[in-house]
Amino acid sequence: MTPDATPIEPLVAVEDVHTYYGKSHILHGVSLHVDRGEVVGLLGRNGVGKSTTLKTIMGLVHPHRGKVLFAGKPITNLPAHKLARLGIGYVPEDRRIFRLLTVMENLRTGLDRHGMTEARKQELLEKAFSYFPVLAERRNQAGGTLSGGEQQMLAIARAMMLEPKIILLDEPTEGLMPRMVSQIRQIIDVLHREGVAILLVEQNVPLTLEASQRVYIMEKGAVRHHCPASALKIGDPLIQQYLGV
Amino acid sequence: MSTVLGLLQAIPYEALLIQTLNGIVTGMILALIASGLTLIFGIMDVVNFAHGELFMFGAYMGVVVISATGSFWLALVLATLIVALIGAALQITTLRPLLGRDPLTTILATFGISLVMQNYALWQFGPVARKIPEPFSGQFTLFYLEYPWYRVLIAILSAAIIGCFYLFLKYGTYGIWIRATTQDRVMAEAMGIPVSWVHTAVFGIGAGMAAASGVLFGPLVGVNHAMGLDWVLKAFIVVVVGGMGNLGGSIVASIFISLLEAYASIWVSPAQAVIVSFVVLILTLLFRPTGLFATPK
Repeated sequence: MTPDATPIEPLVAVEDVHTYYGKSHILHGVSLHVDRGEVVGLLGRNGVGKSTTLKTIMGLVHPHRGKVLFAGKPITNLPAHKLARLGIGYVPEDRRIFRLLTVMENLRTGLDRHGMTEARKQELLEKAFSYFPVLAERRNQAGGTLSGGEQQMLAIARAMMLEPKIILLDEPTEGLMPRMVSQIRQIIDVLHREGVAILLVEQNVPLTLEASQRVYIMEKGAVRHHCPASALKIGDPLIQQYLGV
Repeated sequence: MSTVLGLLQAIPYEALLIQTLNGIVTGMILALIASGLTLIFGIMDVVNFAHGELFMFGAYMGVVVISATGSFWLALVLATLIVALIGAALQITTLRPLLGRDPLTTILATFGISLVMQNYALWQFGPVARKIPEPFSGQFTLFYLEYPWYRVLIAILSAAIIGCFYLFLKYGTYGIWIRATTQDRVMAEAMGIPVSWVHTAVFGIGAGMAAASGVLFGPLVGVNHAMGLDWVLKAFIVVVVGGMGNLGGSIVASIFISLLEAYASIWVSPAQAVIVSFVVLILTLLFRPTGLFATPK
């Protein structure tokens, strides 16, 4: 972080957001923020609205009430493709690889945009391939033929192509082998070192507490608890209460 | 033995060869129309009932430009561009507001557009069929027939247009955007792809390809306000037989069905030969309802 920059405001701020799917009220006034370069964990049981919170930030669902701010500017009703261009990367829960596109073409969906020079594209690709060598090997293979772990890497690499200021990571380790989990854990650290902020939704509590600076705990569509990650331990009664682990 | 020989001798080989050529020519025109139709369906789940009218509009644009400039090739290019723009405008005004609604609404909307376009053409150009002159009139001898080179050229040009389009889809940035949007609209949007403009562009491209086939086909038949009906019906058949949204499948199905019809018309009248397409359609729907060349979406 550059000390001379003025931004006191957080990179992403969600203020009292209410989101509905049809008639069902999913988010009941969620408020949270992520500072520049910060890794923030979002914990909670299944169905408490964690993924919906990410989708609301990404503009994939629009809230009925409340505001979403990006670097202090309201982005609440902007379409998702504009948010992607502003610098929000999205790695959804089910990865949503373009299955019939090759690995390279998947990456090009984020890479081929206005103002990108060939040199810059090459640089970004090489960086992604250095983190995920397996993607370089499979660059001409269809996305749908990759294993679950490889698809997760591709989903993260694809979001990195946007040179995002923040990545919304939805359950990146779900269903992965332990070896893959530790690889995902490492890439979160790498992104953090590069100054990319991350809003991490995870069921894996130990990993979230390790990787994050702060955590929010959600229940029934609202944030119930908020503290530095270091203040929580695995056996903490709070975690027992809200997450049942 | 003698019966087999007799049967073999009874096959009209010359007619078969001529009909193969005819089948390929109509197949390529049909493929050009059907590619746009299947692409529009694949990317936005819109069944475009106005596609035949875009084909007809293309033919009329051809007539207009040729009578103004005398150049067939200029007509081909201009008609394609103008109808592509008309298609894009139609998509923005009529289909974009309906995105995400019941597919029935888009069927009604495009059907409405087709009625308006047909009646506009009738009002503007009258009921008498117009003719587009062939750009050149050479012929070659094929058995007992003088076969016009222009027909061969149609097949080659159609194949070239489809080929360019395929390369664009495969390698172009916007081609990748189109394929990504076809597979996962929401994720494409989240990757910064302006999905609603991709829809508009695809509708425009599909309209332009229909218009190009209208101009190319114009010299073979009269241009009239109802010419789209036959073609859109056939195009729908090949789109279903080829697997809705499957570009390669539609192209193969176009040629397959056109060849079958061409062969059938050796023995029955061409009007009856159309039945073959419907038989193929019914069999496909019975045994492979997702199409002969269905791919996982």
